[in-house]
Amino acid sequence: MTRQEIEEIVKDFLIEEIEIDENIILPDALLKDDLGIDSLDFVDIVVIVERNFGFKIKPEEIQDLKTLSQFYDYIENKMR
Amino acid sequence: MEGSNVRRVVITGLGIYSSIGKNLNEVRSSLYEGKSGIGIDPERTAYGYRSPLTGIVDRPQLKGILDRRLRVGLAEEGEYACVATLEAMQTAGIDMDYLDRNEVGIFYGNDSSSKAVIEAYNVMVEKRDTQLLGSGPVFRSMNSTVTMNLSTIFRLRGVNMTISAACASGSHSVGLGFLFIRHGLQDIILCGGAQETNSHSMASFDALSAFSVRTDEPARASRPFDAGRDGLIPSGGAASIILEEYEHAVRRGATVYAEVTGYGFSSNGKQISQPSDEGCVIAMSRALADAGIKASCIDYVNAHATSTPQGDATEAIALNRLFGGRPLVSSTKSMTGHECWMAGASEVVYSVLMLRNSFVAPNINFETPDEHSRHLNIATQTVDKKLSHVLSNSFGFGGTNSALVIKNI
Repeated sequence: MTRQEIEEIVKDFLIEEIEIDENIILPDALLKDDLGIDSLDFVDIVVIVERNFGFKIKPEEIQDLKTLSQFYDYIENKMR
Repeated sequence: MEGSNVRRVVITGLGIYSSIGKNLNEVRSSLYEGKSGIGIDPERTAYGYRSPLTGIVDRPQLKGILDRRLRVGLAEEGEYACVATLEAMQTAGIDMDYLDRNEVGIFYGNDSSSKAVIEAYNVMVEKRDTQLLGSGPVFRSMNSTVTMNLSTIFRLRGVNMTISAACASGSHSVGLGFLFIRHGLQDIILCGGAQETNSHSMASFDALSAFSVRTDEPARASRPFDAGRDGLIPSGGAASIILEEYEHAVRRGATVYAEVTGYGFSSNGKQISQPSDEGCVIAMSRALADAGIKASCIDYVNAHATSTPQGDATEAIALNRLFGGRPLVSSTKSMTGHECWMAGASEVVYSVLMLRNSFVAPNINFETPDEHSRHLNIATQTVDKKLSHVLSNSFGFGGTNSALVIKNI
């Protein structure tokens, strides 16, 4: 899976399932402060990522992620 | 209890989402026309039910009305309750700005959230990992799912709890709201009842062979008090009622739809599924005494009668003991089916619609009286009549009984 494919999948579920405004989904966006993703949303994102990418996010692996770009990096690394 | 120092409790808002209509206007028309909301759910047969009969209730569409976080925790019955409450708040003239500035409480009847529990169980069986359940199931699965969600959606800051009392849940929620306001603990309380209608929700009830199997004519299957009745038909939706202290409502300029003047309750203390005419009489008598009126003041009884052989006979005996054949009697369950946890609240809404529009809805499908119902004054057709006092009965498993007196104002 290419980086571009990963970004497309993530962007799609952020829009469709987490219902985030498409216009603010930018690589430098802060997950919490810009995109408004809260702790309960992350519980749902664990499920969505498992369904789309076939692996389960471990909470301790993502607690330092700040931006969407870092989240893409994290998924890309896990998919290697 | 009538007297100058007693705080009067009135109904200033109503909302309904049911098998006979998705709002007050639709439901009023259905009640007047004697329209049934019963149909066949083929999924029930495939699932293993004895009876596929059910009230047909569409899933409301809340996307675009509530944001995602407010929808994620809503179970099916919570979605119904949300729609009913939006209408109740609108009719009460209460908006979010008012709710942010004033304390409003909630008592809502609910006694299951089966679909949410079973869906979470199915994920666990497949995944064997709680981390793959997501954030919604815990808020959808608990019995208090409706109150925890409505209090969040409507930003309620007063008393907040679910009343679980089987098929009397909705009625007790109104009764307890009435007591809280009368005794000065709250000025406004959202009361109501919600009932899921999915195929998971009633399987264990169907196990008792309590449901009608008159599948060849669904609209004629629910026949409370009729000699040919063969069981109830499960149904659901939600009903919301805004109770408010009278002077408070007047100061606010709210429309007063009716007054709640009496609440009676009792417990049979006997076998878990058997009704008791004595328990019914005690609850009704308490409601009348609480309202300070005699039985002869009741113009209309909205009966609990669900179309089961024993339940209807027991209520008919109780009604005969207390009222003789004087007041008009009908069971709106003949049209709606048995709305279970919701029924006590929805039947308050139905009764208020009758009070406000001066009619008694028919007990459809009542064709042949039995030895007990032949003594009752059952409305077999719609009766145009100005009503003064209505009694609404609800009785549930475990012998929980509730009766409410509602007065025209």
